[in-house]
Amino acid sequence: MPEFSLWPLLGIAVVMLGFILKFNPVLVVTVAAFATGMAVKMPILGWLESLGTAFLKTRNLPLILLLPLAVIGLLERHGLREKAQSWIQNIKAATTGRLLLVYLALRESTAAAGLTSLGGHPQMVRPLLSPMAEAAFEQKHQSLPDKIKYKIRAMSAATDNIGLFFGEDIFVAFGAIILMHTFLRESGIETDPLHIALWGIPTAIAAFLIHGSRLLRFDAYLARQLKDELKQAPQQEQRHD
Amino acid sequence: MISMTLLYYVAALLFFAVAFFSFKDKRYSSALFWFSYGLIFLLGDFMPPALVGALVVLMALVAGFGGVKGGVYQTLELQQRLDSVKRLGNKLFIPALMIPLLTVFSALVLVHIQGDGWSLLDPKNATLSALGLAAFFAVLAALYFTKEKPQQALKESSRLIEAIGWAFLLPQLLATLGLLFNQAGVGETVSQLTSLYLNLNHPLLAVACYAIGMALFTVIMGNAFAAFPVITAGIGIPLLVLQHGGDPAIMAAIGMFCGYCGTLLTPMAANFNIVPAALLELPDKNAVIKAQAPTALVLLGVNIVLMYLLMF
Repeated sequence: MPEFSLWPLLGIAVVMLGFILKFNPVLVVTVAAFATGMAVKMPILGWLESLGTAFLKTRNLPLILLLPLAVIGLLERHGLREKAQSWIQNIKAATTGRLLLVYLALRESTAAAGLTSLGGHPQMVRPLLSPMAEAAFEQKHQSLPDKIKYKIRAMSAATDNIGLFFGEDIFVAFGAIILMHTFLRESGIETDPLHIALWGIPTAIAAFLIHGSRLLRFDAYLARQLKDELKQAPQQEQRHD
Repeated sequence: MISMTLLYYVAALLFFAVAFFSFKDKRYSSALFWFSYGLIFLLGDFMPPALVGALVVLMALVAGFGGVKGGVYQTLELQQRLDSVKRLGNKLFIPALMIPLLTVFSALVLVHIQGDGWSLLDPKNATLSALGLAAFFAVLAALYFTKEKPQQALKESSRLIEAIGWAFLLPQLLATLGLLFNQAGVGETVSQLTSLYLNLNHPLLAVACYAIGMALFTVIMGNAFAAFPVITAGIGIPLLVLQHGGDPAIMAAIGMFCGYCGTLLTPMAANFNIVPAALLELPDKNAVIKAQAPTALVLLGVNIVLMYLLMF
């Protein structure tokens, strides 16, 4: 056995167990925070204090999601999603997979240029990207069962994430590059931030190729799913939005 | 001008609006949840931290036991919406595109507007204050085009906030847990453990261990930035750089990307994986992770090969 204490890891065990047993994540995280505090013998009041201080420090996190919602809500009320759908249906060559591929290319390249706020789930995926991706499918197949709709939405969100992650990290002024450079310097290793950014490029290209090829096959995959769906329930085809 | 404090007050206003609508709707536990959230944003800086902590626990309990229920908001009928589309046409896109474009413009250009001890944007949080400015003008534009009253904007943001529900709290709670983990010394324990048990002589094994370690620890922590110092100090520097003489810049660059593969796989990265599932109203909260998993796993394999080929 190691001679140092393993108790600080109790919180990690709680998190893993909680997620595997599918408890509500908010509850799991709170219990994990409590377990971690108790494992290192924090007094209750001190634990509440650390919790409160940390929560106040992270108040900037919800803002990025919160601030665009009023605009998006107002525009949705007046048919933004419907407008986005009819717009994409005018482009005859558009399919769900090709649309997402174009978005991946744009998202990754703009993120690589430091323009990370050009995309995002509340301002781009929900009001524009996923309605367009859904409409492109419906245009071609005259049908959009819920199961397919959910798959398209999930893939839209996934494409936004992948484009962002593997683009932003080759932008030299991005926080991650600074973090790596600073950490290595503190550990006594000198690196050039530009080198770190440049050596990210092979992975950025690989990410585009891997996810892009999945998107190119996504149309055929959805068509197969639709066929199965229609075979299983020919009468119950649903077409509500 | 657009300071973080101002944005916190805006957030408080938006949360209080949700509390108001859910209270009116007799959904009292939801109202309590959103009211407490708003209170922390409005008065957090003046409250003793322990009280904030207690409020967080209260919110977590309400949310954890299913007390945050979505509301029913009146939307326009499809026909009315289509009439609106016909009337507004492409103007509908303008406020939507104003948010990203104005954010980028403000963060790059307007950030330089400053005087003596005064600046238009908060230079330390340029992107967020730029987003705040952009969202403000986009709301004005949206109200102008749709001819709605400002109250309607509050109602619409409340509708979307309630659609996201408890998932709204999760990213912040997870970041809080991360800070607590740091305080409790989780990182040190993990790097002590890895240096104790891992003694890898072949560089490919060492590379695989570092890459998979980055991905796994990111899955646990939900954040590659939290995993990077721990795994790099525990495996990366002693094994890859010192023992096998690998290039540290390449190790760091690709190692961080291995962490990102982990981010794509974990519910702990709630703001990227769970919140969008809620925002897109998906019944399966893990649907986004499932869509990402094949890309993430193949890319992790590619990263191991790349690191091995490029580093030595």
